[in-house]
Amino acid sequence: MQFFLEVLISGLLSGVMYALVALGFVLIYKASGVFNFAQGAMVYLAALAVVGCMEKGAPLWLAIILAFVIMTLFGIATEKFVLRKLVNQPPITLFMATIGLAFFIEGLAPIVFGSEPRALDLGIVDEPIPAILDAWDMVISKFDLVAAGIAALLVTTLALFFQYTRIGRALRAVADDHQAALSIGIPLQHIWAIVWGIAGFVALVAGLMWGARNGVQFALTFTALKALPVLIIGGFTSVPGAIAGGLIIGASEKLAEIYLPPVMQSMFGGNFGGIEGWFPYVLALFFLLVRPEGLFGEKHIDRV
Amino acid sequence: MLYREAGQFKTSYAADQQLFPIRQDRIGILILLAVVFLVIPGFASDYWFSAILIPFLIFSLAALGLNILTGYAGQLSLGSAAFMAVGAYAAYNFQLRIDGIPILVSFVCAGLTAAGAGILFGLPSLWIKGFYLAVATLAAQFFIVWCLTKFPWLSNYSSSGVISTQPLIFFGHEFTSPQEKYLLVLTIVAVMALAAKNMVRSSTGRAWMAVRDMDVAASVIGIRLMPAKLLAFAVSAFYCGVAGALYAFCYLGSVEPDGFSLDMSFRILFMIIIGGVGSILGSFLGAAFILLLPIFLDIALPWVASLLGLPFSSATVSHIQVLVFGALIMFFLIVEPHGLARLWQITKEKLRLWPFPH
Repeated sequence: MQFFLEVLISGLLSGVMYALVALGFVLIYKASGVFNFAQGAMVYLAALAVVGCMEKGAPLWLAIILAFVIMTLFGIATEKFVLRKLVNQPPITLFMATIGLAFFIEGLAPIVFGSEPRALDLGIVDEPIPAILDAWDMVISKFDLVAAGIAALLVTTLALFFQYTRIGRALRAVADDHQAALSIGIPLQHIWAIVWGIAGFVALVAGLMWGARNGVQFALTFTALKALPVLIIGGFTSVPGAIAGGLIIGASEKLAEIYLPPVMQSMFGGNFGGIEGWFPYVLALFFLLVRPEGLFGEKHIDRV
Repeated sequence: MLYREAGQFKTSYAADQQLFPIRQDRIGILILLAVVFLVIPGFASDYWFSAILIPFLIFSLAALGLNILTGYAGQLSLGSAAFMAVGAYAAYNFQLRIDGIPILVSFVCAGLTAAGAGILFGLPSLWIKGFYLAVATLAAQFFIVWCLTKFPWLSNYSSSGVISTQPLIFFGHEFTSPQEKYLLVLTIVAVMALAAKNMVRSSTGRAWMAVRDMDVAASVIGIRLMPAKLLAFAVSAFYCGVAGALYAFCYLGSVEPDGFSLDMSFRILFMIIIGGVGSILGSFLGAAFILLLPIFLDIALPWVASLLGLPFSSATVSHIQVLVFGALIMFFLIVEPHGLARLWQITKEKLRLWPFPH
């Protein structure tokens, strides 16, 4: 039981990390209806930018600010040079364009900032918290807890931003109906630029967390792919959904990784590690059977 | 002046419905076939066969498969490489486990196995579409590759799932030279491309296009969505499966599951975007483009770098390749969403009027 709880908690905490990446997808999808496949590549770019600036001698805080500037500029440039040219194209075309964007970033980032895997030290150690270890004999990483805290902070900030600020309201209006938003004088293209800037910021936070945890390397882009099943479970348009989906995926994949292989081994023999690699996707697939729009997503109605 | 159909009258329904209604097209296709079947085998070197022509044909076939699904039936798939893997491993197992099975039969069976997998992972398409479906096909990509690695029976208990394919024997004659393999692949690809060309203008193909353009409207005019979509998945996976079997048997000779990675699926997707979504010809053009581009960059980049006096490493070349792929995808989607095939069509329109455009 104790072991189960430990696995569950570490799964939930890593789920928060997935949710961080998924948030970026949700933000852009909500505001512009673009499914931004390049979010994972943006996480990679952000982490590389921080590490790259630090290698040039910048202290951590300056590197983060520089990376934020880079991400914002990059987001705005994407909006201006790619997406604006693709207005009124079917969503699937936009999706494929963001796949192209992902490749573009994955090629560009290592050329600018170097491709060898590097460590990113945020000053938070990845070690068990002694108090919990003593009291309940459970290994809960301090780093994971901090990451969860930062994610919670980020989500709260974003929720408040969307709910109460002028720009946030404009964002929601654009998400609801482009045409109506335009007709009451909301500048659509500014809003999109802002959304891409925010998505860049979210990618930066996710990149910092993932980079500090696993090192800054190309594999970051694959971790970001895990955000896709998170979105399916949570719904593409919901910020709380991204969090809930992240928790579900994180917990279930860790539990599956621990408890499924022995079962399969007794059934078929052989070694069945690495279930983590596909389990979230198959889980999402079955989830689609029950709730195609996700836990918190809006129901999709077809009109002819 | 040469490319003009003036004076070619269609006097029967058969003439009206033929595959290439313009005489110049028919002659052109015949010349092309004569060149690829008769002339190229006489001239090309072994390097050309095994490094360029054979992979080109195999990836064209895979791109054709994806194009049927994505271009004609409108269902985006990111799992084509996984279906190729199914084809490769199925062909290997049919050869291994059934005594004396002819190689072509095992290729067909491999295609059918892949089609079965395609139907299975195409089931979600009945109630979801767009990005949701793309994520569902990602499940196919990761799950199938994992299965092939972890179930040792599928790779006959070899370490880490690597299989070495059996010799290609036809009626007692073994195909060993790249030239023979090229002719085998070419024949299969030509037959299947012809089949595809016919399929997309049959009632099935028209049903797919209706589903692609708007599925609700398609069902209103009486197209049954479930058979149409599942058939598209099955046919697409069949093409990918045969391509995978050829990839293993005629190109590499020894494959591992991880070779059929997500990256390969994306490459196939890029082929159809650049070649032309919803075009048979486009699959071939796109495959040629995507395969030749890295070779071109490999040659051109060091030359450019030495010209400019820049420091240069092979890692940079591969990064630049990825970057150029991405940039080209965005460029094509913005400038010419119908790809190279559309450019060819425009050229033909121009040629019809040339040299008197008014």
